Amino acid sequence: MNNKTHASGVGNIIGYVIGLILTFAAAWLVLKSSLATSMKWTIISIFAIIQAGLQLFMFMHMSEGEDRDTKVVHTIYAIFMGIVVVFGSIWVMTAGHPIG
Amino acid sequence: MESKITNYSVPTEYQSELGKMNILGFWIFIAAEIILFATLFALYGVYHNRTAEGPTGPEVFVIRDVMIQTILLLTSSFTCGYVITSLRKGNVKSANIWIGITLLFGLGFLVMEINEFIHYAHAGLTIQTSAFGSSLLTLLGTHGAHVTFGVVWAILLAIQLVQRGITPITASKVHIWSIYWHFLDVVWIFIFTFVYLGGLM
Repeated sequence: MNNKTHASGVGNIIGYVIGLILTFAAAWLVLKSSLATSMKWTIISIFAIIQAGLQLFMFMHMSEGEDRDTKVVHTIYAIFMGIVVVFGSIWVMTAGHPIG
Repeated sequence: MESKITNYSVPTEYQSELGKMNILGFWIFIAAEIILFATLFALYGVYHNRTAEGPTGPEVFVIRDVMIQTILLLTSSFTCGYVITSLRKGNVKSANIWIGITLLFGLGFLVMEINEFIHYAHAGLTIQTSAFGSSLLTLLGTHGAHVTFGVVWAILLAIQLVQRGITPITASKVHIWSIYWHFLDVVWIFIFTFVYLGGLM
């Protein structure tokens, strides 16, 4: 890795523009489109994951340095655990006795 | 010997052993933060329909203000990228200017969030109103507290940059702060998507 490639601001601008587009697209989908609710959920979830990935790799420099494998594997493991916590909690608290 | 340079072929923040290990250590901390916010999202996911006699999400959410908050934080994350760019070009002044711009957007976000909480309180939704109110305000409040902490942290780092210049140690500190700041935007993306947009469906 050299200093020059990572000193460029082009990746920043691309990440920002994609982030803005996905934000507005998600808001438009939910508020203005007539898609089925489950379809909206799927699409905005994908948009959120893309945006989070952009931040992690383009802005947070996760995949650089000697320790990149450690950082990437550890972070992905944490994300997996986070998903288990969120969906596991919702599942165990709603299965068989719907809330709300 | 803490700032002993071991490798000149990488950006400044990775050049010292201490700086490199601190950055790795901070990524380990970020994993703990992911779990912290996951538990708060889980709480909200379980309780968001439990509104008791209080207002529901769609009754109190103001989507226009939420969009402004989202854009402010996304923009501050974008300008934060230029702090690292300036750092790697060895330009202290430009790094500090970008920190300043980033903090302005961050403070703008906080002002909007405080207004949002005041609006909720006036609409009859406080942390004591219902399980929905408790879980929503705990999630948003924890995120907001992190942003506030990030603002104070960046001000201290900017002072240190002026005093000590860009060294492997100060560069790694600023790099660590930038990881933290971008992470808060990542959390906000999920709050925006699953709390606000999800709540309005």
